[in-house]
Amino acid sequence: MIEVNQLNKTFRDKKILTNISVSFESGKTNLIIGASGTGKSVLLKCIVGLIKPETGKILYNNREFLSADNETLKTIRREMGMLFQGGALFDFKTVHENVMFPLHMLSDMSKTEKMDRVNFCLKRVGLEQASNLYPSQISGGMQKRVGIARAIVMNPRYLFCDEPNSGLDPLTAIKIDDLIQEITHEYNTTTIIVTHDMNSVVSIGENIAFVHQGEIVWKGNKDNILQTQSTPLQEFMFANKLIRDSIKK
Amino acid sequence: MNSLGKYCLFIISLFRQREKFKVYISLIIDECILIGVDSVYVVAIVSTFIGAVSAIQTAYNLTSPLVPLSTVGNIVRDFTILENAPTFTCLVLAGKVGSSIAGGLGTMRITEQIDAIEVMGINSSSYLVLPKLVAAILVFPMLVTVSGFLSIAGGYAATVYSGVLTHYDFVTGLRDSFVVFNVFFALIKAVVFSFLITSISSYQGYYTQGGALEVGKSSTNAVTNSCIAILAADYIIAKLLL
Repeated sequence: MIEVNQLNKTFRDKKILTNISVSFESGKTNLIIGASGTGKSVLLKCIVGLIKPETGKILYNNREFLSADNETLKTIRREMGMLFQGGALFDFKTVHENVMFPLHMLSDMSKTEKMDRVNFCLKRVGLEQASNLYPSQISGGMQKRVGIARAIVMNPRYLFCDEPNSGLDPLTAIKIDDLIQEITHEYNTTTIIVTHDMNSVVSIGENIAFVHQGEIVWKGNKDNILQTQSTPLQEFMFANKLIRDSIKK
Repeated sequence: MNSLGKYCLFIISLFRQREKFKVYISLIIDECILIGVDSVYVVAIVSTFIGAVSAIQTAYNLTSPLVPLSTVGNIVRDFTILENAPTFTCLVLAGKVGSSIAGGLGTMRITEQIDAIEVMGINSSSYLVLPKLVAAILVFPMLVTVSGFLSIAGGYAATVYSGVLTHYDFVTGLRDSFVVFNVFFALIKAVVFSFLITSISSYQGYYTQGGALEVGKSSTNAVTNSCIAILAADYIIAKLLL
């Protein structure tokens, strides 16, 4: 479980996050949703430690993250796996080497164990045939799946996904969503997904936090989101006229 | 001042919370090939031609019958060892290696590859930059040595084969009042310049923010700042050691 308490972040006098307090449960897909520029990616980067907030607390299973000593910080970081918006695969490494990278750097496994683990993860995301290709030789959807394989290769307790569906066709996007949800349930990870894709919201949103102008204005899940009375959330969800009209009908 | 402070903190960060030593070995070898072996060609061309031109121009200016022709070899030797091999070679390498380092790291930054390394709990600056720094410190003196030999060879070829000087004149000039310390001086300069080029370029690339345009700007800044730093350090080292 990850708990965020009273998080505040300002960039050059502009308040980006205001008093964010939210908890993300383990074994569930936790979604942070909101329009572009509302601060949801900044929130995720604060949670994983890429951006330092001015005030607030972040607890990883009751371990304080922001003021942790180096050893605790290292331990928590090594329990994290992250899928980046663009995949963030290393261009100079093959798919196999990309997935191997965290093991190579952080694990004490034998060479055979590492190979087995990489092959297992690639098989889990359905990419065992692409292991010798470079990121530039595979499609965007495949890159995302390699990113997922790399994120889960260390058996993370916490999985973070920044816009996992961006730039993908609807069918591939659904496949990626399903894969993330399956992994979350299978390994009981605390998964946080930042997205603005409504398909993801209604299909895998087991725990949803809606960010609007740097604040969390609504919390719920996919079952009660459509009945929301929050005007900013309604505007976000029903921005598409076609969907708005069909819901009204 | 702000940038200088940030640069110093960046250099310190390279040595804090490093990974296991064995991780760096293969990376250093790769960087030695990338920085060193891949630069031999351009260094060879530049050094040979500058050596040749300096020899011809020196001979052209020595019109007095009171000055022996062997002076050309002497001047070419000292110019090569003191300035051409270390400084000119490093200025060329600032362009080739510096832009490549800044561009590579800048691209890794904007495509979140550096963030990916950080999230794993790895010191990204140390993992990415330290091998480049060590490799450059190892291979730059070798490149400068190669440059020195080729520059003198270029000077010899240009003057002797064109009939401006005889073999005897040139070699006599080369051997006359040779100071061994000058070679060490050149190698010290090579080490200092290699540190400056790699660290400044890495700093520029590592802190790139934005998109492709900013990566280009980082590369340009890396080359410009490296060249300025080389010239300033060149003056300081000469003042201190000669």
